[in-house]
Amino acid sequence: MSDARETRQLITDAAHRLFDQYVSREVQEKAEAGTWPGALWTALEEAGLTLAAVPEQFGGTGGAVGDELAVLRASGRYATPVPLAETMLAGWLLADAGLKVPLGPMSLAPTQRTDALSLAKTAAGWTLSGTAHRVPWGRSVQHVAVLAKAPGGNAVALVKAGAAKVESGANLAGEPRDSLVFNNVALAPDSVSKTGTTPDDLMQMGALMRAAQMTGALERILDLAVRYAGERSQFGRNIGKFQAVQQQLAVLAGQVAASGRAVESAYEQREQAGDLAFAAAVAKARVGEAASIGAGIAHQVHGAIGFTHEHMLHYSTRRLWSWRSEFGGDAYWQELIGRRIAKAGADKLWPLMTGTAG
Amino acid sequence: MMQTFRFDPVELPEAAETLRRDVRKFLEKEMAGAGPRSDSWSAFNPDFSRKMGERGWIGMTWPKQYGGHERTALERYVLLEELLAAGAPVSAHWVADRQSGPLLLRFGTEEQRKFFLPKIAAGECYFCIGMSEPDSGSDLASIRTRAVQSNGGWVVNGTKLWTSNAHHCNYMILLARTAEKNENRHEGMTQFVVDLKAPGVKIRPIKNLAGDHHFNEVVFTDYYIPNERIVGTLHNGWRQVMNELAFERSGPERLLSAFTLVVELVRAAGPEPSERAAVAIGRLVAHLYTLRRMSLSVAGMLQAGLMPELEAAVVKDLGTLCEQEIPEVARLLMDCEPDPNASDAFVATLAQTMLYAPSFSIRGGTREILRGIIARGLGLR
Repeated sequence: MSDARETRQLITDAAHRLFDQYVSREVQEKAEAGTWPGALWTALEEAGLTLAAVPEQFGGTGGAVGDELAVLRASGRYATPVPLAETMLAGWLLADAGLKVPLGPMSLAPTQRTDALSLAKTAAGWTLSGTAHRVPWGRSVQHVAVLAKAPGGNAVALVKAGAAKVESGANLAGEPRDSLVFNNVALAPDSVSKTGTTPDDLMQMGALMRAAQMTGALERILDLAVRYAGERSQFGRNIGKFQAVQQQLAVLAGQVAASGRAVESAYEQREQAGDLAFAAAVAKARVGEAASIGAGIAHQVHGAIGFTHEHMLHYSTRRLWSWRSEFGGDAYWQELIGRRIAKAGADKLWPLMTGTAG
Repeated sequence: MMQTFRFDPVELPEAAETLRRDVRKFLEKEMAGAGPRSDSWSAFNPDFSRKMGERGWIGMTWPKQYGGHERTALERYVLLEELLAAGAPVSAHWVADRQSGPLLLRFGTEEQRKFFLPKIAAGECYFCIGMSEPDSGSDLASIRTRAVQSNGGWVVNGTKLWTSNAHHCNYMILLARTAEKNENRHEGMTQFVVDLKAPGVKIRPIKNLAGDHHFNEVVFTDYYIPNERIVGTLHNGWRQVMNELAFERSGPERLLSAFTLVVELVRAAGPEPSERAAVAIGRLVAHLYTLRRMSLSVAGMLQAGLMPELEAAVVKDLGTLCEQEIPEVARLLMDCEPDPNASDAFVATLAQTMLYAPSFSIRGGTREILRGIIARGLGLR
């Protein structure tokens, strides 16, 4: 355990150093205005952080899934304006289906439960049809990993992003959320593979990765709020000396702590092949709630300055407000947990919570 | 960048899961026919405690020479959470097992350990906490109960308040002022083991708002304590109490007091709950699942010899918040008039939990005090 812990700390430290160097205010602003932060992406790729947990045989770094958590958490902390989680998620989807994972930024589809994409067999290979809405970073990536219905089951296709028609959109943080229209896109036979992964599985893994990023963002806003409370002076003393402010920051700290443990617990279940479905649902629901409470407190403590574009707080809070609704909002996951418990029955609630349901 | 909180992952050893199965088997038999009970760690039942003692489930982690069983803190954690989740009546031995015993083990004399610990472990000797006073609740350092040196011992005068189960217990760990207050108000207090059956103690019941008698006022009038009943070091009581509180605040009782109501709520909502009910139940369970992991993590750190005072405060603050929300969520989902005597298990458990809920965030350190501790951890105070 201590070895894994040390590795994780090394990765976290490396990621923090890299983000300190490459995620400047200027990079943030330019990225939101549409300039791809190429130097940042290249540095991430050279450090082997973009495919941290993808097995080496499929083109990844071959680290533990906990390494992925460490990188995503750090990226969330820095509000890193690149599709890092999306690339990891696409990498997972591709490798899981036995496909080689390319370098470069990737995204995935579908991210919406109502989207349907289909693959049809042709003489030369396959064709992909359908529209995927709100694909994260759709316009910026080189490849999209698509989970689609194929004859006889689900299949994963590796698609060049240029093959789709792009309709631009964005989330609250200005991160691209684009519609991709696949109009009978022809695909080579070796870029498609059958998979056991379902759209629900993809949703779950996306939720887990967003929760990991959100935990990092929550840690960041706690840092910012505590620092500001120690600098801002009113009525002759730092506002952090007022009990009313202290109590609010204590609540924020509690939410941050709960988020961290919720996400780590889900990654532990993934690592141990335990009840990931339950733990991932818990993580997204719990962290989503923490994001709402936490962002509210961070803004309240910052007062008017935190509401300005000039202050950096909004790079984190706008992301939290978007991410909590992506890959299923709090209520989606809460309902899923509630239905699973209802189905198992009242007397199975405790065994489910303790992982002893058998 | 801050690295304030530490909630390390915990993997339960196989022995703990084996124990879990044993405890479930035991409870299935012992709890057969008992209705669901919320806040079961305030239910006093000496017969149940003796059975626990017979099985080696009190003082589990203590050395064998003092009647303990040298098992791990994580095994003990699993035992406690199983007892609480099932609503078992564990109050009689709870305080002695959780904090008085560990206090004596750590700070007590060899004689005290030999005398008290085996009796506690057998489930036959019960302790209560003598900290709060009429004018000293959260501000514990302001206590006025005074012990004055006399005849090779100490003479105590003063009043303790909110003393749960004093009327059933054999002993109290009393915190009293033994030296005048100086500029450091935390100095000059001492802990004593006090025999509640000796002359000079008057115990008066204080009914709570549910009409139940757990609380007492305990008045000491010229009560004599021999020197050998001092716990630890003279005038060092404050530091010892702070140590005790880490144990008092981090356990599963800080998130499971209302768990039986969640179970009854799931039962009442049925296998096909409304969307609203499924969402609300799912939300509560997401909180409880996470809290349990946090609390387990604290138990793991205690096992490793760390003193996670800050983390314990976080768990208790979040845990009691969730416990208090449970009756409110349940009430809004299932339209009924709460009645502790209702034959319907949900209605009765709801009523009982509702009446006890205000105490959750007061006992063992108020919400405000806990958040103050967390704020200090953030460097704000």
